[in-house]
Amino acid sequence: MEVAGLVKRYGNSTAVDGLDLTVERGAVTAFLGPNGAGKTTTIETCEGYRRPDAGTVRVLGLDPVAQGTQLRPRIGVMLQSGGIYPTARAEETLRHMARLHAHPLDVDALVERLGLGSCGRTPYRRLSGGQQQRLALALALVGRPELVFLDEPTAGLDPQARRATWDLVRDLRADGVTVLLCTHHMDEAEELSDAVAIVDGGKVIARGAPDELCKGGAENTLRFAGRPGLDLSSLLKALPAETAAVELSPGSYRLTGTVDPQLLATVTSWCAQNGVLPDRISVERRTLEDVFLELTGKELRS
Amino acid sequence: MSAGTYAPKPGAAPLGRMVRAQALLEVRTQLRNGEQLLLSVIIPTLLLVLFSTVDVVDTGAGSRVDFLAPGILALAMLSTAFTGQAIATGFERRYGVLKRLGASPLPRWGLMTAKTCSVLLIEALQVLLLSVVALALGWSPHGNPATVLLLLLLGTAAFSGLGLLMAGTLKAEATLAGANLVFILLLVGGGVIVPLGKFPDAAQHVLQLLPISALSDGLRAVLQHGAGVPWGDLGVLAVWAVLGLGAAARFFRWE
Repeated sequence: MEVAGLVKRYGNSTAVDGLDLTVERGAVTAFLGPNGAGKTTTIETCEGYRRPDAGTVRVLGLDPVAQGTQLRPRIGVMLQSGGIYPTARAEETLRHMARLHAHPLDVDALVERLGLGSCGRTPYRRLSGGQQQRLALALALVGRPELVFLDEPTAGLDPQARRATWDLVRDLRADGVTVLLCTHHMDEAEELSDAVAIVDGGKVIARGAPDELCKGGAENTLRFAGRPGLDLSSLLKALPAETAAVELSPGSYRLTGTVDPQLLATVTSWCAQNGVLPDRISVERRTLEDVFLELTGKELRS
Repeated sequence: MSAGTYAPKPGAAPLGRMVRAQALLEVRTQLRNGEQLLLSVIIPTLLLVLFSTVDVVDTGAGSRVDFLAPGILALAMLSTAFTGQAIATGFERRYGVLKRLGASPLPRWGLMTAKTCSVLLIEALQVLLLSVVALALGWSPHGNPATVLLLLLLGTAAFSGLGLLMAGTLKAEATLAGANLVFILLLVGGGVIVPLGKFPDAAQHVLQLLPISALSDGLRAVLQHGAGVPWGDLGVLAVWAVLGLGAAARFFRWE
């Protein structure tokens, strides 16, 4: 999937402003951004719902608007809003979507896999939030698509249900399905994705593998707690030159620099020499969330 | 499920299968909907039985049921093609069902074909039921069945156009209220139970131009009086059908 220079305006406001995005076949790509960043508009343009004001969009090599008839059978869509009638029965809805496809998944097995077995005749509005999300997800998968668009697939799910959905996304990837995952959850993106694109103000402001994004720029941190007023100068002498150490509050110390196993060993042996037993010691990596906050200056809110 | 379960194997089902599946889903949904059954089955049947057996409204010369049955058939078409379709489609739009189907292999015109098929299927059931009830009440229909069918189809086209126009432009709640209100008003003022001749002359001229009046009048001309082809009524219905469907096609918003 290729998006180049996409612009989409609604009246006077520009929702997407020259956005570029590449999604590799067979990979899970996470699309992250604060509310109003242009994520949903971009996805809906790729799904063929919106016509771009400028730029080009190619999905599986096709123009989503002009070649929608060819494209639609090949994609699976999970809308944020569900798109299911409140009185529609869960299993009937899924069976219906299966009938619209040539080689659908086995509905019974999919129902089983997603833990919807008890929901057969239950109307959509009586399902729990998690069941509703899973039904919407099942609708996106039942046609055996090449590419699935998942918009906030775990919003409002309890931790167990989230893990189950994550496992499913991993299965999709293992079976060669391309996934574009729109999410507010950093841990979800870190956990699942091969590539991340961070979008803000209608543009992609950073992209790369989650590890690369976390590595870049800022340094890592080691914290420990011990006796107040330790003389850190002898410690610094034993450490690489660019390392910094400070006593943040009495008894609470922070080292910043390249935190590797050697540095940790040096710190603990220095503690031993000084008769200090650190009652807490932790190595902190930058998370995707730190990167995100640095880049956008905004908290993610769903 | 084992490895390889989700291996992509995309493809649309054959068009005929998609349209059939969609139409049958819509029929099932409508027949399970209590409010809709009230409008499409219970009210017409009740009115037919009540006014045929109790002398409340002066229906003119001839048997009461011979006057009422054509009007009630027209009302049944209105309840399904207009009121039922408007409300169902309005809420489908509001809940994003139309949007979701827009990303499925079923093309939009396939969806509209399926909706039309489901309306026609429900109408066929209504005609069957109401005819049996009317015959039991002593109804003796006349005329050419093909002319009756033509009137019913053109009436359905006119009502569908107006229903879809409403569903595709108004909020779902407004459609719900409006479609029910129109149903009641047309029931009273469309020559369904009350002959249009009971209204003042000035009002008659306007009311005659309503699609429900044209349909009930045309059906009555054929079924009660054995008339030939009621061109005037067919003309009125054709104009409504062209205007309604044209406006719906032009102004319908899918989201």
